[in-house]
Amino acid sequence: MAKSYKSGVKEYRETYWMPNYTPKDTDILACFKITPQAGVPREEVAAAVAAESSTGTWTTVWTDLLTDLDHYKGRAYAIEDVPGDDTCFYAFVAYPIDLFEEGSVVNVLTSLVGNVFGFKALRALRLEDIRFPIAYVMTCNGPPQGIQVERDIMNKYGRPLLGCTIKPKLGLSAKNYGRACYEGLRGGLDFTKDDENVNSQPFMRWRHRFDFVMEAIHKAEAETGERKGHYLNVTAPTADEMMRRAEYAKEIGAPIIMHDYLTGGLSANTQLAQWCQRNGMLLHIHRAMHAVLDRNPHHGIHFRVLTKVQRLSGGHHLHSGTVVGKLEGDREATLGWIDIMRDKFIKEDRSRGIFFDQDWGSMPGVIPVASGGIHVWHMPALVNIFGDDSVLQFGGGTLGHPWGNAAGAAANRVPVEACVEARNAGRQIEKEGKDILTKAAKSSPELAAAMETWKEIKFEFDTVDKLDVKHK
Amino acid sequence: MSTMQDYKSNLSDTSSRKFETFSYLPTMTDAQIREQIQYIVKQGWNPGIEHTEPQNAFQNYWYMWKLPMFGETNVDTILAECAACHKAHPNNHVRLLGFNNYKQSAGASMVIYRGKAV
Repeated sequence: MAKSYKSGVKEYRETYWMPNYTPKDTDILACFKITPQAGVPREEVAAAVAAESSTGTWTTVWTDLLTDLDHYKGRAYAIEDVPGDDTCFYAFVAYPIDLFEEGSVVNVLTSLVGNVFGFKALRALRLEDIRFPIAYVMTCNGPPQGIQVERDIMNKYGRPLLGCTIKPKLGLSAKNYGRACYEGLRGGLDFTKDDENVNSQPFMRWRHRFDFVMEAIHKAEAETGERKGHYLNVTAPTADEMMRRAEYAKEIGAPIIMHDYLTGGLSANTQLAQWCQRNGMLLHIHRAMHAVLDRNPHHGIHFRVLTKVQRLSGGHHLHSGTVVGKLEGDREATLGWIDIMRDKFIKEDRSRGIFFDQDWGSMPGVIPVASGGIHVWHMPALVNIFGDDSVLQFGGGTLGHPWGNAAGAAANRVPVEACVEARNAGRQIEKEGKDILTKAAKSSPELAAAMETWKEIKFEFDTVDKLDVKHK
Repeated sequence: MSTMQDYKSNLSDTSSRKFETFSYLPTMTDAQIREQIQYIVKQGWNPGIEHTEPQNAFQNYWYMWKLPMFGETNVDTILAECAACHKAHPNNHVRLLGFNNYKQSAGASMVIYRGKAV
């Protein structure tokens, strides 16, 4: 019999619960919200999560002794109550950086949100936040160019950018689709956008769409004297096909392409982002499937984690929610992940749901895209919440204008400029919003018509995923 | 609901050309321009003036008027330089920028004098 090997099942906490551990600067740190099965002690569940997301399995194996497990294991090092919710608790886990392949958010996620999420000792599990150490951040490619480069390429300064998702989402022919883009761009938008589910269906194959849309861009640029773009969606069934579409977009001179990073997959996204860097292209990132992962307060992956994952994988824009539109999004939490997208260093701030300091070093930032059920009356709030480094993206709020897309676009551009002008002049734009818009509408019949059309529309439902605070 | 209007914009009508930020608003009054300059100064940005013949407005590089006014915080001085540039180049677009040296990007950019578009 071996002297130091004993087969059988040990409690996880004997190995993986280390309350006296001080995390290293190079550790990847994670905060999980754990809802345990009844009767299982917190330390044991926390240790089980640390074990199952790193080196451990349910039983002792002899090969554990062939390695230095103390060097490689994840450690649960702290437990905290969740404010206002006794069914669950926060567990903090530190993972040594050696556990992960360099430059691979795929690998990090495969460990941290892998098998452990189906673990029977848990009723539910949510990954609330990850601290990526600067040592790991620097191994990732990140956004191909960055915010100021995008401003320089597009020649847009001192205001939020304006976009518009073309509707109907599906069913237009390429030529009609290009028409919808052209009208929006000539009316004053900076970008139009493929809807996420526009890929290359029988009613509109990608190549025809790309050709017609490029003509729309060229004509709108000649007409307005301003630079224009359209997010050409290159999301495809295979990464090879995705690259083929990206190459063609570059060939015809498109400034920006688009990818869905969750449904398309993180390997494909990272590959595309690296290609964009080599080829000087901008990359818009859509987040289809995120609400499947991030909306349930007890189970899944918080959006602030998905935000960090996207910034590491690469892309210049990411949909962030709007706070004010038709889609879910708590204001403070949204402000938190907007900072995570754009800033260089983000301090721990529990009032915004941020559990760790995050240092991005020299990695460029991502521009948040506010999209989903927004219209002209939201403009003052949007400019106030998002500031200049953002894309305010209307869809119905442009295309639903009673006089068509060009008028609808002008009715977006005039108020965004009016709000920026008023903000710069020191006015409280959310409070004085109505006055600012009404004054701007005097010189813009398009804006006046838009204000009349959407004056009653609000989306005032309670948020499902709120920050964990006592008043709940 | 007001009657539907045609959107007035076409290639042959030079008044369709825009000049990026604030060009969809009516020409600013002097008082409004002062507020915007005050904003640039308050942000700690360095004001700079550029101008171009309208037919070359699409290009990245407009002509610099002298050098950016590093550290200049007097609104009157900045306004006077804009006016001097306009006087020297009355047919050109004249724009005022606020250079943010931390972000290495213009934090503000607006055409103050609009030349005759082509």
